[in-house]
Amino acid sequence: MTAKTFPGGIHPDYGKGPTAGKPVVRAAPPKTVVIPLHQHTGAPCEALVKAGDEVKMGQKIGDTGAFVSAPVHASVSGKVLAVEPRPHPAFGVSLAVVIESDGQDQLDPEIRPAGSLDTLDAAALRKVIREAGIVGMGGAAFPTAVKVAPPPNKKIDTVALNGAECEPYLTADHRVMLEQADDVVFGLRALMKACGAGQGLIAIEDNKPDAIEVIHKALGGAPDLQIIHLHTKYPQGSEKHLLKACLNREVPSGGLPLDVGVVVNNVATAAAVARAVRNGTPLYERVLTVTGGAVANPQNMLVRVGTSFGDLIEQCGGFAKPAGKVINGGPMMGIAQSSLDVPVTKGTSGILCLARGEVARDEAEACLKCGRCIDACPMYLMPLWISAYAERGKHEEAERLNALDCIECGCCSYVCPARRPLVQAIRLAKGEITARRRRQAQPAK
Amino acid sequence: MVEAILSLGVMGLLFGGLLAYAAQVFAVPTDPRVDQLTEALPSAQCGACGYPGCRGLAEAIVKGRAGISSCVVGGPTVAAEIARIMGVQAEEMAERQVAVVHCGGGAGKVSGRHLYDGIADCRAAVIPQVAGKLGHTLCSAGCLGFGTCVAVCPFDAIHMGPDGLPVVDREKCTACAKCVAACPRGIIELHPVSQTVHVLCRNRDRGAAVRRYCKVGCIACRACVRAVPEGYVIQDNLAAVDYSQKVDFGLAIPKCPTKTIVDLSAPAAQDQGAAAEGAKETA
Repeated sequence: MTAKTFPGGIHPDYGKGPTAGKPVVRAAPPKTVVIPLHQHTGAPCEALVKAGDEVKMGQKIGDTGAFVSAPVHASVSGKVLAVEPRPHPAFGVSLAVVIESDGQDQLDPEIRPAGSLDTLDAAALRKVIREAGIVGMGGAAFPTAVKVAPPPNKKIDTVALNGAECEPYLTADHRVMLEQADDVVFGLRALMKACGAGQGLIAIEDNKPDAIEVIHKALGGAPDLQIIHLHTKYPQGSEKHLLKACLNREVPSGGLPLDVGVVVNNVATAAAVARAVRNGTPLYERVLTVTGGAVANPQNMLVRVGTSFGDLIEQCGGFAKPAGKVINGGPMMGIAQSSLDVPVTKGTSGILCLARGEVARDEAEACLKCGRCIDACPMYLMPLWISAYAERGKHEEAERLNALDCIECGCCSYVCPARRPLVQAIRLAKGEITARRRRQAQPAK
Repeated sequence: MVEAILSLGVMGLLFGGLLAYAAQVFAVPTDPRVDQLTEALPSAQCGACGYPGCRGLAEAIVKGRAGISSCVVGGPTVAAEIARIMGVQAEEMAERQVAVVHCGGGAGKVSGRHLYDGIADCRAAVIPQVAGKLGHTLCSAGCLGFGTCVAVCPFDAIHMGPDGLPVVDREKCTACAKCVAACPRGIIELHPVSQTVHVLCRNRDRGAAVRRYCKVGCIACRACVRAVPEGYVIQDNLAAVDYSQKVDFGLAIPKCPTKTIVDLSAPAAQDQGAAAEGAKETA
């Protein structure tokens, strides 16, 4: 099979070497966990517990009635110390439940399977997925139960699992595919049933031949499941580009994969779905990669949600070199942190600690109009013009150049020889455009 | 030669007559007052009145859709001129307002959170993807110091001071509110020019937390309320001047332990303004 891909994109230094071959190790059980009530795209949860309460591992501690949301669960058993605002790796500050572990890790007796995959129907499966608090584990943390519940006028024919892991440095999905291949395939079956799709596929970049082989075996030649080799290129794991490469279907501007009959999920999400269906286990721990030139001993770790970044870096031998930047996620789309006291959330795919020498702080210069950003842009946009308008506050013009279609992958900033902060400017424009649309929509109500 | 002069001359006369006739027949009746008003307005085209430029406002005034004193920039003199043109009595003009930056945490007074080397624009520095909107100083309410307010001011009435805080020129400021809308922290407000005592802080963190990272932040110690009970209110860990009261707010200034309450007409504040002026000239 020849590797498939999409036009545009970049070939950064992948930096996956130090961790790709290392099996996942279980992180030491944390003494205290800080579990944010907002770990997903959508409405934040309300706390179901208060300071002084005893909680069991896996017990639901936060939920909300909003449709686009996912409940959160305790990742240790012990006593709730406080429900208060705490630093958050993606939102700055979020209300969080602080739990002191009793070291017992007693599982909540309520946790049991709701039924088997054969007996559960689509609606029941979606309920299992929602109650387990499962969200997209690639980084954006969109609630999975919402994703697999398409509006009645849209038909889903395919569930695609994203095993591309195109972000440099991260190897967590790679290890999940190698070590939990059966869970990944079972999860794919469950997701297909939940949204009524007849076809399933797993797309993997060709820099992970071992994962392709293991998953191929796990599929066992099922006629409705397919494995697709992807060319190694960034941002191959973007769902729109994954679909372009795998199925040659193009998601319309402003649309979702749903509009072309597909639901895309991360492989780690599928593994979490499998555990939720098989055992009723909610999502309170995940595999992530702690890596980067500053870390003494980079590793892939199985980590409880709510463990602090500092704790995990300590378990990886601490900083061998002075750290220049600590990022939640990968180097292209991750968010730089200003404190190591932030907790791991369901969406944390990696903790990247770049050493001082690895992080460049370059002065931006005037745009050369070289057009390299246009060549690199996988969404066929013109980043130089959108960012120029954005920097001058001309957001209508930026909107006319389809700024909202930007997926913020960072290819333009990566290739820019003048080192201009293109993505930041486009993000600014996107924020202003959506804010204005909201303002305009209000009086119409 | 002669034919050419004759034919062109006759054609010229013909078309000239036609145009003169057309100008009479198809004339669009315009109110001469619109031109007079446009002349009288400041021509800053700032849009502070809500109309597209000064001519837009002039048309609105003539049609009776805008009031005599709609031009905040022109103030009472322009209002009087407009009243004269429109032949009406000038309304009682509200007192002139000026912008006030409610933050005193300049360089050396507030601790940093992280290095920020992105776009030097306040609005870009607080997009959600940069530290979740918290900003690069530990105070998540204070001035970011990139001078977006300075850049949007159409009247050159706001400049960056020597300590990295914007300083409003209270003479030049016309209360057009461009800076108020541009500031992502929402710390610029309009106040009557005679109101010179202000609490220069908008941080609602608890006092102990504010003390850790800012030397001039409000710690809600209530000293101002004790000094002038009817002039100040404390809400959400933040003191505020109750502008509706007619009392001497300045009595609380010496009592404020963090020097958060400032009289902008006091010599120190004026010095600051003068220093900013000097810094601008040398720049």
